[in-house]
Amino acid sequence: MSHIQARQRLYRRERQSLLHGFDPVLTAVVGLLLFIGTLLVWAATRDWYIRNGLDGQYYLKRHIINIIIGLVLAYGVTVIDYRLLRAYTPFLWGAGVLGLIIVLIPGLGSEVNGAKAWIALPGGFQIQPAELAKISIIIGMSMILSERTHDSDGPSSTDVLQSLAIAAIPVLLIILQPDMGTILIISAAVVTIIAVSGAPARWVTALLLLAVLGGFVAVKAGVISEYQVNRLQTFVDPSADTQGAGYQLRQARITVGSGGLLGTGLFNGPQTNGRFVPEQQTDFIFTVAGEELGFVGSGAILILYLILLMRGFSIARRTSDPFGRLVCTGVIAWFAFQIFENIGMTLGLMPMTGVPLPFISYGGSSMFATLIGIGLLQNVHARLRG
Amino acid sequence: MNNKSRLSLLVVQILIVSLMTALFGRLFYLQVAAGPKYREAALSIQSRDVVAPATRGLIVDGYGVPLAMNKAGLAITIDRIAIDKLEDKGVGVMKRLAALLNLKYEDVYQNTRLCGELPKGKKAGCWQGSRYQPIPITKSADPDIALQIVERSDAFPGVDAQPVAIRNYPSYLNVNAAHVLGYVGPLTESDLLESNGKQYFRSETIGKTGLEIQYDSFLRGEPGIRTVIVDRKESITRESQNTKPIPGDHLVTSLDVRLQAATEKALKDAVLRGRANGYRSDSGAAIVMDVKTGQILALASYPTYDPNSWEKGLTVQQASDLFSEKKSVPALNRAIQGLFAPASTFKVVSVVAAADAGYDIKAKYDCPSQVQVGTRAFQNFDSKNQGRMDMKKAIAVSCDTIWYQIAFDEWLRDGGLKPKSNPNDYFFKAAQAFDITEKVGIDLPSESRSRLADRAYKKRWHDQNKDFYCNYKDRATKAQQTPFLLQLAAENCVDGDKIRAGDAVNFSIGQGDTVVTPLKLTQMYAAIANGGTIWQASIAKAVVKTDGTVVKTFTPAKLGTLDVEASTIKFLQQSLREVVVSGTGEGVFAGFPIEISGKTGTGQVFGKNPDGSLKDDTSWFASYAPSNNPRYAVVMMVGQGGFGASTSGVGVRQIYEALFGVSGNKIVPGAALFPEGKPPMQLPKISPATKPKETGK
Repeated sequence: MSHIQARQRLYRRERQSLLHGFDPVLTAVVGLLLFIGTLLVWAATRDWYIRNGLDGQYYLKRHIINIIIGLVLAYGVTVIDYRLLRAYTPFLWGAGVLGLIIVLIPGLGSEVNGAKAWIALPGGFQIQPAELAKISIIIGMSMILSERTHDSDGPSSTDVLQSLAIAAIPVLLIILQPDMGTILIISAAVVTIIAVSGAPARWVTALLLLAVLGGFVAVKAGVISEYQVNRLQTFVDPSADTQGAGYQLRQARITVGSGGLLGTGLFNGPQTNGRFVPEQQTDFIFTVAGEELGFVGSGAILILYLILLMRGFSIARRTSDPFGRLVCTGVIAWFAFQIFENIGMTLGLMPMTGVPLPFISYGGSSMFATLIGIGLLQNVHARLRG
Repeated sequence: MNNKSRLSLLVVQILIVSLMTALFGRLFYLQVAAGPKYREAALSIQSRDVVAPATRGLIVDGYGVPLAMNKAGLAITIDRIAIDKLEDKGVGVMKRLAALLNLKYEDVYQNTRLCGELPKGKKAGCWQGSRYQPIPITKSADPDIALQIVERSDAFPGVDAQPVAIRNYPSYLNVNAAHVLGYVGPLTESDLLESNGKQYFRSETIGKTGLEIQYDSFLRGEPGIRTVIVDRKESITRESQNTKPIPGDHLVTSLDVRLQAATEKALKDAVLRGRANGYRSDSGAAIVMDVKTGQILALASYPTYDPNSWEKGLTVQQASDLFSEKKSVPALNRAIQGLFAPASTFKVVSVVAAADAGYDIKAKYDCPSQVQVGTRAFQNFDSKNQGRMDMKKAIAVSCDTIWYQIAFDEWLRDGGLKPKSNPNDYFFKAAQAFDITEKVGIDLPSESRSRLADRAYKKRWHDQNKDFYCNYKDRATKAQQTPFLLQLAAENCVDGDKIRAGDAVNFSIGQGDTVVTPLKLTQMYAAIANGGTIWQASIAKAVVKTDGTVVKTFTPAKLGTLDVEASTIKFLQQSLREVVVSGTGEGVFAGFPIEISGKTGTGQVFGKNPDGSLKDDTSWFASYAPSNNPRYAVVMMVGQGGFGASTSGVGVRQIYEALFGVSGNKIVPGAALFPEGKPPMQLPKISPATKPKETGK
């Protein structure tokens, strides 16, 4: 089969259906999560906006626009053969780093909750480069670790060091913002990618030790800013602070707990409508699910996430291409740790960090990034036998 | 894929499944296992109870004249949470406010401190409520000043003015009745803990003492509650319940405003008379009881306080004066809480004891100037030898020695310092015949129990104090080491557990460790007057709803009967009449148109005043009238007031003058407070507009 014929056949197949080659379970799960997320964003903002004389659908509309843009991006990422992406990896990575530099420049980056994580765009839109940097790092590392310069079973130590350098530069820039939640998630994804790449086990062990040590030193040396230490401390003793981080964590737990088995019903949560939990359409969106949908609804969301992650593993396991596998692994690790960090924080299992809940939280950058991530998974799936 | 990668992937997968399982478990715990707890927490965050206090019921006298009512007031309040956030903690605001309201800054400061914030002993005037409710500085502000404050909210952050219903004691005829009525105040944290099984709301007021607390559950009514659901900014999102307040019920008492006012005046006059005669006269009590029911018609205690001062805004000075020894502790209701040796008024017990012991009460006995009791000679009053007389005369002229002799003889007969196993104890038994150690049972809080210093009491006392007296040299202060006190301590150590001859002799004239409340003595004399019924003292007659429906009536209760021969009671009545006809009460009641029976008492008090001076005698007059068909028992006591007759006797006469409408020695037609010769039996119509009835006087 000639190369051209293959391309033509691929082209025709894609013409047959927009979703041809997509993993149907993954598609359905993501669709459901997006739908639930849309309802939750609406529920989180509707009552408050209406009572304050504003448009109750303000967030709903913008959320839907974000989803549409995200889906277009994801679709774009899916249809381009991911193997072609490798060629653009240096550019993608460079763009990600550039974005992270821009946010640190006074006047260009804007500060929210003590972190310089945003680039303000015209029209009230903002971009959070750290979200997109996650993708750059995953693809960059996967590229280096999947290329074999010699006949060996796995990457050499040099490869590992190179891949770490790929991750280190954006991570250092994010530390300067600072955004510890994102660093935590990226670190988890980095270690996972290296572990799955078949790198020597000592590297995995060393990195895990380094992560623990790094966290310790960061707190001691004051790299973590004061408000983050506060957040950590209130995690250890939530009663220490009644209005700040401790207040938020306590309110979040109360809101989730008060939902009970069946919840109050969508739009009917008094805690949600009273806005007792701050940031409830973004970082604390899971409290809305907890209160209004109850254990049944929020448990279902957890199950949907689990299915999504398992599908990711299935794709990673089935692909014969090391690059694709590492990309899948990286994306799954990213999603998994971000989900765990976000919901864990809401439920009082993790310290407070500002990371959004994938597919559900309001926020363009996160939505785009996670949907691009899904695009990457679909892409690898579509080419399982390609 | 190589094996290492496959294994790593599996490990990562297991790790991620465990993380998700952890989330699932935690979610189950929060929502299902601990769900109810969190739902309750959420409810307390979201819901706010806006409490509309109920109008408190009136307290009225037997004719329906209000003793306690409500009026519209204007409260100036300070929000502690708001002023604490100011840089100077609100000092500036409070200073400006104090200047504007013509108050002292120190008082405003103290009034806004929570009682728990202040050290012990510096709590006077503190706020008993919580930080979360606006603290009233005054409740009777001038509307113009209130307006100034509201208009200049920038100069007065955290200060607010709002109309409130305030408790008002209208003081008709200058009546005070503070010790009976009590006052109202904010709830304390322990009230809010529902420790007494009642649910209260922060913004409510509650009776603090007197009838206000005794009948609080009736008077209080039920506050209206509007429960609203609020958001984080405390703005209301919806209303979840709304109940209207139910006004409190009215309390009809047996008091009579006019008699109460007259009693208070007579008591105050008596105190001032005592002082004019050179006595310290630091306290007093006067009571008028219906001897046929035990109902209290008037009850006064001196010194007193203004029950309205709480709502006006209590100054620190006023608050600390209430419990100040120097000011003779105005908070104390001496009529029911003060314990005093009854002195000669107690001789009615001695008569009963003598009769029970087989002495012929009609026979004549010596009344020598002194009686030798062991090594000590006990003097008659003023050491006068009054010759031979019968017991009636002995009561009338208040001979002491006749009772000394009998008490000493009976003490010896009971074995003296080596008492028989089954002593007669006629004197103690006679006191018990009057139920002396039982409470009078008045419907006021904190009544003191009178004390009978009998054998059992002595034992208890010795058990508790022997350590002190047996180690007196080490335990007592230098000033207490006088030869007399050392001697006394030695005696107390050796046989303080026994009734000594001196104790028995003193007991017979109402001296020593036996002490009674003025109300107990009133009950005893009422029992003599009515032929032997011991009534429970009571003030409340009925609880009546605002629409006039009677909720509850309080029927007088008999606590017991005087365990005394009818003939002895009769003899006592004759003797008490004789006191006024030819004895120590003769001068005071000379020419009084109504027959009065009574007994004077002049009680010695041991100990010293705070300034080191020796204590003056307690002045008593216990009585009832009319002698032939008794209806009222009147007792007055003036602490350190000197002689019974001249201080208290005159006071009691003053009370009878008001009661029977007597001016000089004549009954003024239509001036008697109770025209039918008895207090009103019917329940009155209740209206806040009722004023005391004019009498012809």
